[in-house]
Amino acid sequence: MSDKKPKNAFRQGAISSDFIGNSIYKHQTKTSIGAHNIFLGQVRADEINGKIVSAIEYTAYEDMANQKFHDIREAAFEKFELTCMHIYHSLGTVKAGEICLFVFVSSPRRKVVFEALEYIVEAIKDEVPVFGKEIFEDSSHQWKVNN
Amino acid sequence: MYITVKYFGQIVEVTNTQEETIEVAGGHVSDLVEVLNSKYDQLENKDFQIAQNQELVSLETELTGLEIALLPPFAGG
Repeated sequence: MSDKKPKNAFRQGAISSDFIGNSIYKHQTKTSIGAHNIFLGQVRADEINGKIVSAIEYTAYEDMANQKFHDIREAAFEKFELTCMHIYHSLGTVKAGEICLFVFVSSPRRKVVFEALEYIVEAIKDEVPVFGKEIFEDSSHQWKVNN
Repeated sequence: MYITVKYFGQIVEVTNTQEETIEVAGGHVSDLVEVLNSKYDQLENKDFQIAQNQELVSLETELTGLEIALLPPFAGG
C-alpha cells in the first residue's frame, strides 16, 4: 500500500460523455495497454408506487469516501495486473438517463479488466459512504439503498 | 469530552443539522448514541452505521474524541 494522499473522485453533477471520451483519448499514449474496460452507472427512471424517479441528488461523507475509493484502488492494483484505473462519482443532482459513476480500468490483457472492473464496482457500492435522494417528478423523494 | 458529530442523507431529516458538537462523559459509542436518541426521538427508527475518525465502528467501540459520523445505507453508483 502506498502513502499517497487520496485523490478527489467526486465531480459536481452528471459525468458527461465528453469527459468519458476524453479519458479514453488520453490513454492513447499508454501503449503497453491492450484492453480497457468501462463501467458507467446511469440514473434509472424507476417507477415506485406509481411515481417516476426524475433525478438522484447525491451527497457523501467526502473525506471518508475518497479514502475508501483510494483503498479500493490500492486493493485492485494488488489483486490484478492493471496499468491504470480511474474512478469518478457524481455529487449533486444527476437526472434520469445521465451518468453518475464512471470506472475505467486498463491492462495489457483483456481477462484481467473484466474481473477487476466487477470487483471495483461491487466494492464501491458496498463500502463507499455515498447517499442518494431519489427525486420524483412531483418533487417528493425517497432515499436510495444499494442492495 | 466534546465530540463533533456529522449527519448524512436521511439522518439530516431527523436532526435538521449536518454537524454539531455533543458533550458526553466518555465511554463507548453506545453512550453517544444514547445521548443522540434522547435528543432526537425519531433517530431510533433510522438505519445507520457509525464511523469514528472515518472508520466504521461498533457500539462497543471506545470513544476517542475524534469525529463521529452517522451513515445511513450507502447508495453509490
